[in-house]
Amino acid sequence: MAKYSIFALGRNALQGHRHWPRVWRSPPPRPSYDAIIVGGGGHGLATAYYLAKQHGMDKVAVLEKGWIGGGNTGRNTTIVRSNYLNPESAAIYDHALTLWEGLSQELNFNVMFSPRGVINLAHDNHEARELHRRIYANQLAGVDAEWVTPVQLRELCPILNLDSNMRYPILGGTLQRRGGVARHDAVAWGYARAADRLGVDIIQNCQVTGFTIRQGRIEGAQTSQGDIMAPRIGVVAAGHSSVLAAMAGLRLPLASHPLQALVSEPVKPIMPTVVMSNKVHGYMSQSDKGELVIGAGIDGYNSYAQRGSLPVIEETIRAIVELFPITSRLKMMRQWAGIVDLCPDASPIISGTPVAGLYFNCGWGTGGFKATPGSGYLFAHTLAKGEAHPINAPFALERFYSGALVAEHGAAAVAH
Amino acid sequence: MLLLSCPWCGDRSEQEFACGGEAHIVRPLAPEDLDDRAWGDYVFMRRNEKGLHFERWRHVHGCGRWFNVARNTVTHEILAIYQVGDDRPELPE
Repeated sequence: MAKYSIFALGRNALQGHRHWPRVWRSPPPRPSYDAIIVGGGGHGLATAYYLAKQHGMDKVAVLEKGWIGGGNTGRNTTIVRSNYLNPESAAIYDHALTLWEGLSQELNFNVMFSPRGVINLAHDNHEARELHRRIYANQLAGVDAEWVTPVQLRELCPILNLDSNMRYPILGGTLQRRGGVARHDAVAWGYARAADRLGVDIIQNCQVTGFTIRQGRIEGAQTSQGDIMAPRIGVVAAGHSSVLAAMAGLRLPLASHPLQALVSEPVKPIMPTVVMSNKVHGYMSQSDKGELVIGAGIDGYNSYAQRGSLPVIEETIRAIVELFPITSRLKMMRQWAGIVDLCPDASPIISGTPVAGLYFNCGWGTGGFKATPGSGYLFAHTLAKGEAHPINAPFALERFYSGALVAEHGAAAVAH
Repeated sequence: MLLLSCPWCGDRSEQEFACGGEAHIVRPLAPEDLDDRAWGDYVFMRRNEKGLHFERWRHVHGCGRWFNVARNTVTHEILAIYQVGDDRPELPE
């Protein structure tokens, strides 16, 4: 597999770009592997990559029922940050953010990570106090966080409506300068290419239909491309985690809901940062193509339909037009939803299960994209060693029995 | 958008309602006798069905009363609306 570089680009340009090699292979599944990852999104591909890279496993398969990166990896609003409240969460998200910072070099693939800062707005005194609390918690946990006043906000994001006569006036906000956005597809493609180069088989259009379990131990998976044996299986299926758990006779503490987003027509650069508002429920950034990327909320009932309902969009657009009056005449180009797996404490699950050798990485809810590299790294460790990495130990399924929940409703994006 | 039929108020849009999650989860009669595992299963573990889902709804911006709905979570088709406390309805396959 050719390394991408300025020289490779020049050489291929002279040849009319006809000789670029395929970015990853499409092998038929082998009868058995050392480990199977179910789900070819960012988290699953990252897990496979770190299994091969950090743990030297060369017989690993990623099974994807559709095409890689076609689920929530291709449906999120690409925001990366780590300003969570609890020390456990700060550790897991900041570990991921640290990996983001070197990811393009690590993968030899430009994931377009752009640390342009993430702002969370406060619209009333209570929210301002809560956000101050979060800043102090972040600083204690070694996560960068600072308070910004409306005067500073005018500098940071000139299109923000700072009129004190707004229905929900902006009193200030938090800023995490290391946060930002990344290119969602590039993350899936970069991990797929790097994993493939280390020998991982990426098998698309391969749906898992059941698990083979004998005496409480996983032996393999039944798939639309036949039975595949493996002593370890890691499921990274986001909104469909409960469906796969049911195949192993398990229940998870998850509810699947559609989370919507939408993008505008492309415009010139007007939005230099990421702005999120919990109170009025909307968040926005601008893609490198110029589209404004807007995040909405979840529908309030369980659903596996990858489309959201219009009242949710209406509420978000109302908030966005109030926060950014410049957007009021913009046309919206596309709207979609991804199925997110909400956990009761708004924190993820990276855990073994009562079935030996079967592991789940799920529950990332509305904010999994930011954790992609860290989630893969930690899940690979958990799969390879058979026990949790210290960073993901607090995120085991066991916490729903011990009561040691990691409540992050305030910090998990906009409230859900 | 869903059109839900409240048993007391009739057809109303989904915005008047709040979904209360999975139905037919019975609170254990003697919680003090449960171990942590049984209690955790009761409080947190859910079927989260893809397809037929029995769930509780409340007409929050109306009569305020609870009722149960059998709904398909893929098509959103509403298959039955029935009273809290009733058994799951027989549904044609």
